[in-house]
Amino acid sequence: MNARALRRVGLIAGVATTSALVLAGCAGGGNQGGTGAEGEKVTLTIATFNNFGYTDEFLQKYEDANPNVTIVHNKAAESGDARKNFFQKLGKGGLADIEAVEVDWLSEAMQYSDLLAPVPDDLKGRWLDWKEKAATDPEGNLIGYGTDIGPQAICYRSDLFEAAGLPSEPAEVEALFDGDWNNYFDVADQYREASGKAMIDSANSVLQGIVNQIEYTYDKPDGSVIATSNPEIADAYKSVVERAVPNSAYSAQWGDDWIASFQGDDFATVLCPGWMQGIISGYAPDQKNWKIANTFPNGGGNWGGSYLTIPANGKNVKEAQKLAEWLSAPEQQVEAFVNVGAFPSQVDAYENADLQGYVNDYYNGAKTGEIGADRAEAVTVLPFKSANYFKYHDALQNAVNRVFDKSESEDAAWKTWVAEVEAF
Amino acid sequence: MTTTDIRPHTPVEDRPTAADRPIRVLSFRQRLSRWDVKVSPYLYISPFFILFAIVGLFPIGFTAVISFQEWDLIRNSGTFVGFDQYAWILNDPKFWVALRNTFSIFLLSTVPQLLLAVFIAAMLDRNIRAKTFWRMSVLLPFVMAPVAVALIFSNMFGDVHGLVNNALSTIGLDPIAWHKDPFWSHVAIATMVNFRWTGYNALILLAAMQAVPREYYEAATVDGAGAFRQFVSITLPSLRPTLIFVIITSTIGGLQIFDEPRMFDNTGEGGPAQQWLTITLYLYNIGWGEFNFGRAAALAWILFIIIVVIGLANLLITRRLVRDEGGRGVKMPRRARKDTAR
Repeated sequence: MNARALRRVGLIAGVATTSALVLAGCAGGGNQGGTGAEGEKVTLTIATFNNFGYTDEFLQKYEDANPNVTIVHNKAAESGDARKNFFQKLGKGGLADIEAVEVDWLSEAMQYSDLLAPVPDDLKGRWLDWKEKAATDPEGNLIGYGTDIGPQAICYRSDLFEAAGLPSEPAEVEALFDGDWNNYFDVADQYREASGKAMIDSANSVLQGIVNQIEYTYDKPDGSVIATSNPEIADAYKSVVERAVPNSAYSAQWGDDWIASFQGDDFATVLCPGWMQGIISGYAPDQKNWKIANTFPNGGGNWGGSYLTIPANGKNVKEAQKLAEWLSAPEQQVEAFVNVGAFPSQVDAYENADLQGYVNDYYNGAKTGEIGADRAEAVTVLPFKSANYFKYHDALQNAVNRVFDKSESEDAAWKTWVAEVEAF
Repeated sequence: MTTTDIRPHTPVEDRPTAADRPIRVLSFRQRLSRWDVKVSPYLYISPFFILFAIVGLFPIGFTAVISFQEWDLIRNSGTFVGFDQYAWILNDPKFWVALRNTFSIFLLSTVPQLLLAVFIAAMLDRNIRAKTFWRMSVLLPFVMAPVAVALIFSNMFGDVHGLVNNALSTIGLDPIAWHKDPFWSHVAIATMVNFRWTGYNALILLAAMQAVPREYYEAATVDGAGAFRQFVSITLPSLRPTLIFVIITSTIGGLQIFDEPRMFDNTGEGGPAQQWLTITLYLYNIGWGEFNFGRAAALAWILFIIIVVIGLANLLITRRLVRDEGGRGVKMPRRARKDTAR
């Protein structure tokens, strides 16, 4: 499946680059949305994954405004496929003119920031501070055009809350969850005592939530590894294992069981970035009781989000920059938000009336645009994620999984993790 | 064709009159046909070897080079680190777990698969209605893409909402922790492998069974041997060379099991405690998950050596079991015995 997806992407990208004319140098510093210099025909390829909300009609608008540009949009099934393709071809050729990069592997891409074309200086400040900072290399080059972010709220099932004797209206639930993680676990304990069931969907999403609020998690910018000695990580592990695991229906998300359980009543809350809202409504289209509480344990938290990058050795760097600038402009991102719920990372987008007034019927009329803006404002910590972040975090998630599966005790799983980290 | 027949003889005839040789001048055509004899066989088989050198030998060699380095895929460069990568792999507990899993899944898939294949082949070998229909049906799973098979079975083997566990709890048994217990995860993965390969092996064995002369069975029936006795004393011994072929192919396939464990859960990492991590899956994760190609290359070479060792062991066992690889060795003495008896 992966191989086929790669081949497809490679084929299309290859055809596109060979058929495109060599344009370098002739496109002057055109203005935003302006037509190409001499109107020479250009084919621009964009590679994204999952669903960025870039529909054909949406891209058609750019083509209409720039008649010389033809856009070819390749979608990979998921970000992992895109990541493999990206690193396989980066620096060699064969990548699309614009490549989407997910924040999870952004730090890996940052190691090769010299192979990516920087974002023009006049665009700096368009995005949230922390969104820009994460994509800025030590030389000060911003290499990614921010698209969406994942400010987290809490999605919950109002019918199950009611059955467990908990408040069920969003305003009441917001008050209930207002507090730190221990408060969240206290509510989960209450829920379990009343219903005999788990409240949280997965223990690892809680770990994700807590770790995304820690600035230095597994290593520091100077390269020193603090993973096993960091008291914050030890605390996070302890509270996840001792308090979240007994209250969780599953150890991790995205498994077949987890997906199937949206048809049932296995759990009542999901930590909910903007893009997760679309996933819940997709998995449980007939469930009418999902609501959103505009709150998050221990302040704000961001989970996920993407950037558009432009490989520096592409054939149409200048034109690609113009398209990326257009795609990541606040107006366009708001449209993508309305299309698929990808929440904008652009500061100006939050003032946009379309975003603020957006009402999501699936969540019983929740104003998800407004909630997202609130949640984005609540994000205060930018976790430092090195190129090795993913490896450490993945291993820690597995430790939580082992405790959940009862294949290892709390201490044993931690020790295994420490041994793994030392072996890296 | 005629030239090829004549050509080799001429030098032999010429040999006694060696003194004549300098006078004898070969015409260009003769020379050409001489080259034809000597060179063309190599030329005809060369496409395979040229292709093999490009897509087989070169990657193997280059993998060896990379395995001694700390390799950066994107910048296409590396620093020499000697045997460090090999040492890291051999010191890695995950490697040994992966090795255990690979062999465990290999045994769990090969043994029941062959037993079942022999049984199915024996059944298909009997006089049944709609023969072609049954034979084609047996091969049907083999036509399915492995990933599709893995997706369907992974869903069936879900821990909580899976079909198998639902059935088990309906009949009052405890659900099985397919994704937690190493043994049961191996059983689940072996089931997928068996589903795909049993029919294929059954057809190969069926072909071999049909090659067994029917007179043996007639004679055995006359002698009063039952169906089971006939199977054990005639069918199985005649199958031996084919069985060895089937065993060797399943061994090679078994050591490279990848699709099924990769699709067994959504992460494709072989489980939180490496319950179903196989060597090829580990290799893939090091290479394409961590982009650590030096280590991946070292592991690839270790896997290569393991397969060579097992291949050699297979060869030795094969030699012991059947001396005549054409398959007549088993039958000849029988016919000879019969002839003398007659």
